[in-house]
Amino acid sequence: MNRTRRNPAGKMKLLLIYIELIVVALIVIYPLIWIFGSSLGSTKGLANASAIPAHATLDNYKKLFQNTDFPLWYMNTLKVAAANMFFGVLLSTLGAYAFSRFKFKGKKASLLTILILQMFPAFLTAIAVYMLFLNFGLLDSLTGLVIVGVAAQLPYNIWLLKGYLDNISTSFDEAALIDGASRTQIFFRIIVPLAVPMLTFVAVLQFAAPWMDFILPRLLISSEEKKTVAIGLFSMISDPTRNDFTLFAAGSVLVAVPIAILYIVLQRFLINGLTAGGDKG
Amino acid sequence: MREFRSRPRPAWVAGCLSAIVWGAGQGFNRQYLKGLLFFLVGAGSVLIELATGHYGNLGGGFRFRENGGFFLKGIWGLITLGTQPRKMGLSGLTAGDHSIVLMANGIIALFVLLILLFFYIWNIRDAVKARRRLNNTAALHSSLQDLRKLWESMYAYIILSPAALLTLFVCLLPIVFGVLIAFTDYSRSNTPPTKLVHWVGFDNFATVAQVFSWMHTFLGVLLWTFAWAILATITTYFFGFFQAVLLNNSAIRFKRLWRSIYILPWAVPAMISALVFKSMFNGQFGPISQFLLDLGITEDRVYWFTDPSHTYLARILALLINLWLGFPYFMALIGGTLTTVSDSYYEAARMDGAGSRQMFWRITFPIVYKATAPLLMLSFVSNFNNFGVIYFLTEGGSANPNYNFAGNTDLLITWLYKLTLDNRLYNMGAVMSIIVFLIVASFSLLNLRKSKSFEEL
Repeated sequence: MNRTRRNPAGKMKLLLIYIELIVVALIVIYPLIWIFGSSLGSTKGLANASAIPAHATLDNYKKLFQNTDFPLWYMNTLKVAAANMFFGVLLSTLGAYAFSRFKFKGKKASLLTILILQMFPAFLTAIAVYMLFLNFGLLDSLTGLVIVGVAAQLPYNIWLLKGYLDNISTSFDEAALIDGASRTQIFFRIIVPLAVPMLTFVAVLQFAAPWMDFILPRLLISSEEKKTVAIGLFSMISDPTRNDFTLFAAGSVLVAVPIAILYIVLQRFLINGLTAGGDKG
Repeated sequence: MREFRSRPRPAWVAGCLSAIVWGAGQGFNRQYLKGLLFFLVGAGSVLIELATGHYGNLGGGFRFRENGGFFLKGIWGLITLGTQPRKMGLSGLTAGDHSIVLMANGIIALFVLLILLFFYIWNIRDAVKARRRLNNTAALHSSLQDLRKLWESMYAYIILSPAALLTLFVCLLPIVFGVLIAFTDYSRSNTPPTKLVHWVGFDNFATVAQVFSWMHTFLGVLLWTFAWAILATITTYFFGFFQAVLLNNSAIRFKRLWRSIYILPWAVPAMISALVFKSMFNGQFGPISQFLLDLGITEDRVYWFTDPSHTYLARILALLINLWLGFPYFMALIGGTLTTVSDSYYEAARMDGAGSRQMFWRITFPIVYKATAPLLMLSFVSNFNNFGVIYFLTEGGSANPNYNFAGNTDLLITWLYKLTLDNRLYNMGAVMSIIVFLIVASFSLLNLRKSKSFEEL
C-alpha cells in the first residue's frame, strides 16, 4: 500500500477518498446537529429551527420537565425497559437451555412453531391482544406492555440463544453433572456465564425496544400518566395545532443520547450477535 | 418401594376409573397423592365452569347463553358469535352479546380446554401404566417417588413452560384470533355491541379478488413493497460495503473516528431519526424547502411527502433516507468481515498481476458476500415489513386517489395498519395480514432451507 502514497495518482485517489469520507460524515452528522440545535432554539416553531440557533437557551429542557409529563413518561419507559430486559433474558435463556441441551418429545415441532411465529409481524395481532388484555384487566398498565414486549421477542431470542449455546461444547456441563451438580446449578453456574456475550446482545435489544415501540403502547395505553416516551414524543410532533417542535427536539435528544451511547459502547457485542444470529437463520 | 400384596387386576380398570373421575385410577393404584393432584385439576376446572356460569336458575332447562360458564358459554360464543345485539328496550339498553369479546373468550376457553384434554389423557395413561407396572413387578411406587422421577424426566418441559405459556397466550392466541377475523364481517359498519358479527366464510377473500379497487390497491402496494424491499436492501448493503472498503484502506488515518461518526445513524433510535427527517423535509416549514427556495433552485416550496403530482418524489426520498438509516449496520458488519480476509490471497493475486478492481471483484466481494448472505435475506424481510421508516417519515404519502386507504409510499404493513387501526376495516386487514404472512413466510422458509440450523433440526 506504500506505493499508493508515493505516486501522484495514488495521492489523488487518497484525496478523493478523504473528500468522500468528509461529505458522508457531514450528511450523517447534519440532521443530528440540526435536531440538537433546534432543541436549544428560543422560538417554538419548526419554521425557525436551525442547526445553530441565534440565541441558544436551555429553556426547552426546562419546559419539558416543568410543563409536560416528560419525566413521568421517561420513568415509565425506564421501568418497562428494565423489566423487559430482565424477563426477556431470563425466559429466553431458560428456553434456549432446554432446546439446546435436552432431547424431548415435540422439540422439533416447537422449534418450527417458534420459527413461524417469528415471521408474523407483532402488531397484526394487536386487536386480539387488546381484547385479551381487556378480559384480564391489563389494559392501560405497564405490566401489560412488559408482557407483550417479552412475548413478542421471545421466539427470536430463543432461536438466537439456542444457536449460540449449540456452539458451546457440552463437556463443561457433563463434567459438572458427574460432579453431582443439579441441572439448575449447571444452568446458573455454567451456561449463563458462558453465554454472556449473546446475553448482552439480547439484553441491549430488549432494553432499547420499549423506547421506540409505538404501536402497542398507542393501542394499550390510554391514560396520560402511563404513557411511554415514544407516544409522548409523537404526540408533540403529530398534532398540527400544537407548536411544540423545539420541545420534541429536546425530548428526542434526551432519549437518543443514552441509547446511542449504549450502542456505541457495546457495538462489538451487537455486531457479533447479529452475525451469529444471521448464520443461524 | 413397598411390597404389593393385593392380587393383580387388569390395567384397563385403572384407566377407566381415571376416565370417569380424575385421579380415581391413581387412588386405585394406591398412589393417593398423585391421584389427589389429578383430582384437583379435574375438579378445579368443573368448579370454574360452575362458578363463572349461572347454574342457580336452571328453570327453563339449560341454555348456553344464559347459564353457561367459562367453558360452555365460551365455546357457544365462538360458534355463534352471539345471538342478541344490544337493543333499546322499554327499560333502557338491554345487555346484548358482544361478538368480538365472545370470540376472544371462546378462543381462550378452547386453548384452556385443549390443555385440560392433554392432562386428562395423561391422567388415564398414567393410571394404566402404573397399574401395569404394579402387576408386573409387584412393587408399589409412592407418589413422591413418581413425582421426583417426573421432575427428572420433565425438566426440559418445566423450564420451558413459562416461555411456552407466554407464547401460547400472547403470540399464538392473537394469531388464531386474527386469522378468524378474516372470516367474519367485523368492520366499522358492523361494530358490536349494537350489531352482531357473523361468520362469512371466504367472502372477504373474494372481495379482495373481485372488487377492482381492492385488487388494484393490493397489487400496486405489493409491487412497491417488493421494489422498496429490494432497493432498500441493495442500496444499504452496497453503500455500507463501499464505506467499509474505503475505511479498510491502510492509508486512511483516524479510522476509529470515522467509524464512530458513521455508526451514529444506527445508534440513534430509528423512530427519532425518521421524525427528524420528516420535520426537515416538511413542505411548509421545513428547512430544506426553505434552503432550496433561498438559493433559487426551486421557485416554490417543495412538498416532499405530500405532493400527489409526483408519484416518485416521496418514494425516492424515502429510499435515500432509509439509506442514511441503514448503511451503518452493513458498514460495521462488513468492516468486521474484511479484517478476517487473509492477506495471502491479495499477495498471490498481486503476483499474478491482478489490478485492484479485479482483486475486489474476484476476492473481496465473494468472501464477504458469502459471509453476509443470510443477513441480506433477513434484511430483505425486515425491509418488507419496515413499518417505522414509512409510517413516521411519510405516513404513506403522497396521496394516491386510485388506492383504497393507501398512498404512494405505503408498504403492505403500513397499509394494514391504516386499514385496521385508523379505518377499522378489521376483516379486510385480517385478510391482508394472512397474505403478507404467507409471502414473508415462504421467503423465509426458502432462505432457511439452505441454512445450517434447519438441517440440525
